[in-house]
Amino acid sequence: MNLLNQNGGRTMAADPNRVDHRVIADLIEPNTRLLDVGCSNGTLLSLLKTTKGVDGRGIELSQKGVNECVARGLSVIQGDADIDLVYYPDKSFDYAVLSQTIQATHDPRAVLEHLLRIGQKAIVSFPNFGHWTLRLQVLAHGRMPVSKNLPYTWYDTPNIHFCTIVDFLDLCKAVGVKIEKSVVLSRRGMQLPETMPWKLRNLLGEQAVLLLSAD
Amino acid sequence: MSESERVQPSDVDAAARREIDTPTSEIATFDRSNPLHLDAGVELAPFQIAYQTYGTLNEDKSNAILICHALTGDQHVANIHPVTGKRGWWELVVGPGRPIDTDRFFVICSNVLGGCLGTTGPGSTNPETGQAYGLDLPVITIRDMVRAQAMLVDSFGIDKLFAVIGGSMGGMQVLQWAATYPDRVHNAISIAAGARHSSQNIAFHEVGRQAVMADPNWCAGRYAEEGLSPKKGLAVARMAAHVTYMSESSLHRKFGRSLQDREELTFGFDADFQIESYLRHQGMSFVDRFDANSYLYVTRAMDYFDLAAEHDGLLANAFMGTKTRFCLISFTSDWLFPTAESRSVVHALNAANANVSFVEIETDRGHDSFLLDEPEMFDTLSGFLSSGAKDLGLPA
Repeated sequence: MNLLNQNGGRTMAADPNRVDHRVIADLIEPNTRLLDVGCSNGTLLSLLKTTKGVDGRGIELSQKGVNECVARGLSVIQGDADIDLVYYPDKSFDYAVLSQTIQATHDPRAVLEHLLRIGQKAIVSFPNFGHWTLRLQVLAHGRMPVSKNLPYTWYDTPNIHFCTIVDFLDLCKAVGVKIEKSVVLSRRGMQLPETMPWKLRNLLGEQAVLLLSAD
Repeated sequence: MSESERVQPSDVDAAARREIDTPTSEIATFDRSNPLHLDAGVELAPFQIAYQTYGTLNEDKSNAILICHALTGDQHVANIHPVTGKRGWWELVVGPGRPIDTDRFFVICSNVLGGCLGTTGPGSTNPETGQAYGLDLPVITIRDMVRAQAMLVDSFGIDKLFAVIGGSMGGMQVLQWAATYPDRVHNAISIAAGARHSSQNIAFHEVGRQAVMADPNWCAGRYAEEGLSPKKGLAVARMAAHVTYMSESSLHRKFGRSLQDREELTFGFDADFQIESYLRHQGMSFVDRFDANSYLYVTRAMDYFDLAAEHDGLLANAFMGTKTRFCLISFTSDWLFPTAESRSVVHALNAANANVSFVEIETDRGHDSFLLDEPEMFDTLSGFLSSGAKDLGLPA
């Protein structure tokens, strides 16, 4: 699972086997209403519609992604998480989902606050910049990591707000968010035990999927 | 379309005049017992609506799509036009196997109230006087057009339309339909439109109307009785409007500063440039098929359109509690209805918790893109309609 080549949820060639999608699907009650922010070409929305009977809506920045979604019958608007979330009323969805997108937003804190305002619950998945391989790259080479998994140079990446898992926990604390459930996945897509201390999961986890609610 | 296939110009005027009262289309007539209540506060009766249909209405009458035409469009969506001899204005979109598939759907398209192709408009004969209404016809609004369409839909025994679809003024009607009859529209597709006519748009329309009224042949709107027609004024109006339907880059790509049938400038006021001849042609071919007073009425209807104003200034109120699925489409180079206008409708629909899709299509062909070969628009229409049909259990 090459998580970090996912281009902040904005790639078009979405991987149907994206492990965070399966984790998100497991977290969701059937027949609920869901907003997928940064829904790319609608892979997650389609999955949830067919397997969970979810009434899903999406927002996507890239025109190509939106057009693909609408052409396959999904309700998706062309829009920007940083700008458009303000127009959604409070608690209008059961879930507001942000998968592999928070690192590409301008104001992650505001986006997170909106997710928790719009949804009864929020689900955020993000790549963990604290993973040991990335730490090692910086340490060894003294450069921003660029690899097959992380193909962008620092000056042309859509990802402008990378964080580690513990950084994100700080944000949750600052915003007053309750973490209902956390799924941290290893490089091989295996779930690290929830009993494992955060510091260790921050080192070994390649991505995190968190189910959140307003505290 | 070759020139030989076209109706000869001398026949065109007579054909256009005939279409006003006795169109080649089907007509629904409404007598005095069934008046149309106009926003102007008066009733219109009797009146008639001319329309075309395509495809077959299914047994439970659940597969009907109403197409709303744009300002100078008409009901001839996908058939040869009786006056111009040209193909239907949305033939690329409507037909067997097309995005609006007439093998699956029953398509209705009516001429708007105030029009000149068989629906009651200023050129129609006023039963009180035996003469054309002229300016005695009350001013018509988009909501009046929609109310008239609803009466037509009733006449088919259709309670709920599978979809209402339209571009530009047609897109305004779509939004009005969804706001006025939320329980009668499953799917609403509004293309290159908005929830209001902007000040700039009103300004362009005013230029056009003033051009019509400045023509000495206009005769304060009574030109029909005088046997005249304010063709020059109407052609100028059309030329000005036509510029707004295109984009700077599409004009440049098509014409640049190329000269028309000459090697150098004439230092006069003939049509030296290709764009000038093109506009003159657009203007002159338009007056053959369109009535000057109708132009005044339908432009006014667009100007008056402001859906938010009908709902205490808050557009979201127009759609509160709606169950309709919406799809909005805009074009990047449309400066008549820029994407921002569609986006503000999308925001209002989001605020009203509506089910909405929104696609902005990148093209340099301006407002008229919705009439052209735009594969992304076709994919959007097909995808949106197919999933709506699936939701309702309509056969694929």
